[in-house]
Amino acid sequence: MRSSGHASTWTAETHSPEETLDLGRRIGRAARPGDVLALVGDLGSGKTVLAKGAAEGLGAASAREVTSPTFVLCREHLGGRMPFYHLDAYRLRGAADLEAIGAAEILGGDGLSALEWADRAPQALPPDHLEVRLEIIGPSDRRLTFTPRGRGAARLLAGLTPVAPGGC
Amino acid sequence: MLILGIETSCDETCAAVVEDGRRVLSDVVATQTEVHRKYGGVVPEIASRAHLEALVPVVAEALDQARVRMDGVQAVAAVHRPGLIGSLLVGLTAAKTLAWLHDRPLIGINHVEAHIYAACLLREALPFPCVSLVVSGGHTSLYHSAGPRRHELIGATTDDAAGEAFDKVAMLLGLPYPGGPSIDLAAERGNPHAVEFTRPWLGAGSLDFSFSGLKTAVLYHVRGQGADARRRRQALTDRQIADVAASFQECVVDVLAGKTLRAAEERGAERIIVGGGVAANRRLRERFLREAARAGLELLLPPMRFCTDNAAMVAGLAYHYAQAGEFAPLDLEARA
Repeated sequence: MRSSGHASTWTAETHSPEETLDLGRRIGRAARPGDVLALVGDLGSGKTVLAKGAAEGLGAASAREVTSPTFVLCREHLGGRMPFYHLDAYRLRGAADLEAIGAAEILGGDGLSALEWADRAPQALPPDHLEVRLEIIGPSDRRLTFTPRGRGAARLLAGLTPVAPGGC
Repeated sequence: MLILGIETSCDETCAAVVEDGRRVLSDVVATQTEVHRKYGGVVPEIASRAHLEALVPVVAEALDQARVRMDGVQAVAAVHRPGLIGSLLVGLTAAKTLAWLHDRPLIGINHVEAHIYAACLLREALPFPCVSLVVSGGHTSLYHSAGPRRHELIGATTDDAAGEAFDKVAMLLGLPYPGGPSIDLAAERGNPHAVEFTRPWLGAGSLDFSFSGLKTAVLYHVRGQGADARRRRQALTDRQIADVAASFQECVVDVLAGKTLRAAEERGAERIIVGGGVAANRRLRERFLREAARAGLELLLPPMRFCTDNAAMVAGLAYHYAQAGEFAPLDLEARA
């Protein structure tokens, strides 16, 4: 994995789903209650894979147990050091829908939340969130651009960027 | 014993009256497909509002068609999980109200178990033990079923449900919502071997499923590397769309049939049940019929109308809960 960044954003490139999963695990390990990941990217760009890793990093669920939330809109995984909420805005249309799944209570609440297709429901996001843009740059290559929106997100990102020797 | 069943877990408002778990006296479904079509998928808030409007007339119609009144019904059953939480709440609350008002026991039903039971409706004897595949927009799971209420999970999707993959691939190909029937139709004119997508077997012994990578493979095929997705999609001819739809469908059906038959062999099952909305796919039905016959297995495929969401399967399954004395308290909660 290659990474680079300015003061605010950080870019990482992964070369397999396993590497994306690993990056997710690092997010899960660095996360604090109330952290929000806003995942933005095309179909197949690895949003669910990153979320699987985050759940594993928290110890909330195994990657195998974290499946696409598109159908039910929100899945909770409560087995870890804090809850992991996996939400999907793919089918959402507007504020009433978000209310219907209790997004306001979940996002920024007692756990780590990841909202897939966050660009489809920007009004659902709390002001403080970590935006993660996933781009497909090759058959198994993905570019992930992290942009912190708020202090909590900046702290989470700072917890990710120093890649310790031997991984983390 | 007459049971009134209610099902509102997604976008169909359903009520049915079933006698003794298998005689379907009425089966009413108010579909919301048209309402959601312009959005390209089920919109949760719209779904729960539509359930709210449809539920009372749908229940009344189910009782009418069965020529029974509430005082002739012995229990009220509703799906309480899994599904869209707002939608589930509408049906469950109605069932609780009816149960309380008419002093009838309430039965909470699991939507996935009900899809398995759909194959048992209209049948004299129960087919258990067997291997059951539930394949729909929200589920792709394999069970070893010991009885109508006893299902051991032996495999499940690790990412997208098969029906979700149908919906997303239909979107990539510019085919209309709902994606399942659209792909089924488009595939009719296509060559299922035009594109040999890699079958996601997930290792020799695995009974799990994965359709996310296949969805991505279709995306690459449709748009090519780095090309503009929209431009390429418009450049696809009808022939090409049909070929991709048929090849994608063939890949999904290969994996579903392959794993289900292997599970039956491993478990020494003599019967297979396939339920859920994707079980209405014609290619899937054809393949399961052929392969089950070849393997000497009895295949239970519900009629099309019992594959998609309905309340007959709910009222039918509820009979077995009633027989076992498994009733639910009136504070039963809905769960996504």
